[in-house]
Amino acid sequence: MSLQDDIKTRIIPDRLNSRLSGYLKSWESLLVAVAVAVFIINSLSSPYFLDAWNLSDATFNFTEKGLIALAMALVIISGEIDLSVAGIIALASTAMGYALQFDVGTVGLVAIGLSVGALCGLFNGVLVTVMGLPSIVATIGTMSLFRGLSFVVLGDKAFNGYPTSFAFFGQGYVFWVITFELVLFAAMAVLFGILLSKTNFGRTIYAIGNNPTAALFSGIRVDRVKMILFLLTGLMSGLAAVCLTSRLGSTRPSIATGWELEIITMVVLGGINILGGSGTIVGVVLAALVIGMVTFGFGLLNIPGIVMSIFIGLLLILVIALPIVYRRVRKG
Amino acid sequence: MTDLPVLTLSGITKTFPGVKALSDVSLSLFPGQVTALVGENGAGKSTLVKVLTGIYQPDMGKILIDGAPVIFASAIAASEHGITAIHQETVLFDELSVAENIFIGHAPCTRRGLIDWKTLNSKARDLLARIGADIDPNTPLKELGIANKHLVAIARALSVDARVVVMDEPTAALSHKEIQELYDLVDRLKAEGKAILFISHKFDEVFRLADRFTVFRDGKMVGEGKIEDTNSDALVQLMVGREVSQIFPNRTSVIGDPVLTVAGYDHPTEFADIGFTLNKGEILGFYGLVGSGRSEVMQALFGVTKPTRGVMRIGGKIVIIRTPAEAIQHGIVYVPEDRGAQGAVAGLPIFQNVTLPSLVRTSRKGFIRLAKEFALAREYTTRMDLRAASLNQDVANLSGGNQQKVVIAKWLATQPKVIIMDEPTKGIDVGSKAAVHSFMAELVAQGLSIIMVSSEIPEIIGMSDRVIVMREGRLVDELARKDITAEALIRAAAGIEEVTS
Repeated sequence: MSLQDDIKTRIIPDRLNSRLSGYLKSWESLLVAVAVAVFIINSLSSPYFLDAWNLSDATFNFTEKGLIALAMALVIISGEIDLSVAGIIALASTAMGYALQFDVGTVGLVAIGLSVGALCGLFNGVLVTVMGLPSIVATIGTMSLFRGLSFVVLGDKAFNGYPTSFAFFGQGYVFWVITFELVLFAAMAVLFGILLSKTNFGRTIYAIGNNPTAALFSGIRVDRVKMILFLLTGLMSGLAAVCLTSRLGSTRPSIATGWELEIITMVVLGGINILGGSGTIVGVVLAALVIGMVTFGFGLLNIPGIVMSIFIGLLLILVIALPIVYRRVRKG
Repeated sequence: MTDLPVLTLSGITKTFPGVKALSDVSLSLFPGQVTALVGENGAGKSTLVKVLTGIYQPDMGKILIDGAPVIFASAIAASEHGITAIHQETVLFDELSVAENIFIGHAPCTRRGLIDWKTLNSKARDLLARIGADIDPNTPLKELGIANKHLVAIARALSVDARVVVMDEPTAALSHKEIQELYDLVDRLKAEGKAILFISHKFDEVFRLADRFTVFRDGKMVGEGKIEDTNSDALVQLMVGREVSQIFPNRTSVIGDPVLTVAGYDHPTEFADIGFTLNKGEILGFYGLVGSGRSEVMQALFGVTKPTRGVMRIGGKIVIIRTPAEAIQHGIVYVPEDRGAQGAVAGLPIFQNVTLPSLVRTSRKGFIRLAKEFALAREYTTRMDLRAASLNQDVANLSGGNQQKVVIAKWLATQPKVIIMDEPTKGIDVGSKAAVHSFMAELVAQGLSIIMVSSEIPEIIGMSDRVIVMREGRLVDELARKDITAEALIRAAAGIEEVTS
């Protein structure tokens, strides 16, 4: 067998399987099936489920968390994690409430919410990339720090009296039963989906998550990418803070308590590998829908909150175990 | 001498996929004697240590202790038979105290099954005193220097009443004074009747310490005897004297102007005063022992580690490289030794690995164009004669040789001026090796320049136009093509004086 002949005759194909068969076998198609199943179970078990206005209300169960989950997905794919997102919501919301006494208008409030979120994200990014702290430790720290600052400012009081026009972000409808939040989430999902799957930046996130050293050795500015991802997560948390504050119409330091785990559950259920390196935005969006519908269904059936949290806990374990088992089966 | 060997290995063979690491090796260790084991990198010394300490099980052959055959099913079994090893990088527990480290796994206990701290500490103190080590047994291990950690490892060896002590390059990381202390200790162990296997690259210590020697080459035992019956020339002969089994590409080098000039590169711990010139169309070999600082120098050139001082010129112009990204922009790329950790991104498909540093060229305004990516990946993987099922295949599922081809293809796609290859054919099969070598020849013929770090003497001799030899972080010799011989390389790398008189 001469080497030269071999080179001329042998051609390596781009792909072996068609893209379609890849889609059918994917985690995302499994999620679609789950979503459909939950939808059917819900509509059979409660007569109130299939009501446009009820369904519209139900979207609030996931839109704000989903906004953050989009950015969190990128952070987790890159092999990091951000546990401070709920803390950022508290601090950003507190900053907006604090600004009320200076007669800041709606535009100003949004700007404050977003910039506080971005600054918090930047702070996380500095801790992880410049100081070299493991992100799980750094953001456990900032999780308490951000919410702690909110407590210092508010104590057991609350900020009220947001301007009427500010209510649009959390309570407004764009068209019929379609809420502003749902439209915002959909738009952001498209943006993040494109960013992750269609751009060089997205590709580098996957490379870093799979092998940060080899990524660095391939000329990727790993620290800069991570910095941007933390900043983006902070910014999305700020955006979620705007929506949530607007929806509630008040700020307490306990706002969004425990959200970080629900968001991570959403991301992991969406098929993002908790160890980094793989997953898609489509999966995260589907997972957000599934969690939103399950929560809504539990609510309709008057299942108490504690059962809900047990369910979320079990779901988290199941979701981490399932992809591992699934991959093992597919490989074996 | 009428002594019977404590430990005898006979006919030991150990095969790994594609490599025969040890082939029919025999070795005897005698009480109260130091046996030196010498051989090039990759001659099979480390594998032998792992067989001796029960980490690997041999495929064939027998291990005898006092003439009775034994099987070391695990590291614990080996240590129960009185064999203990002190590794180059000591395997100890940083967060535990010195005494705990010494007695880990066999700490003296009280009747209730709790650790008897008083006995533990006093026994540790006795052991440390016995080897003349001035260390408080209560000190946390992490506060000790490497030399003292070695002493702790030795104390640990004595605590299990070892009869055979294996020392795998114990002086590699020690200072001159610490080495002297280690020699004294070896003498003391000898006097206690321990059988010692001393692995070293340094001939001065072999002749200072050993009573007997064994030479390994390519996984075979090629010579043994009493140290008084040999000399360094004879040992070098044994280490090198291989039949040239590999064929290297025939080429006539056309060497042009300087491409890369480095002057005065310093690093606080790894290297000092590095300066050299690389010319167009040249393969410049870097030879040296493992740990001589070659990879560290290369990573400094590539912007991974930062030199404290030094100037780099590319085509006469001074450039400053702080990150790999900047190095790539200046046309310097690095094929790392540790392919799994630093080269290939396992989890990404082949084509994405290839295009990773070239995404700017395959994309439009930051947006990926898959067709362009596949085209670029196809072009360079074809040139590398890659064997794969598809370009969309996860690079993790390729063999070592094919992964290396992907890594090289990745760098060629950036159209570099200088390729630094760190152990380019380490651990890959013979066929891929030949493909990599002939490709290197092709590249320099096209006007690229290659720096090739290699520990394989045949590869250095077969491929280099010029060789720089490093020892202990410094450049110690430079050989033109006609002067490159195995003897010259080994002498320079090990620091053996030219035999005069």
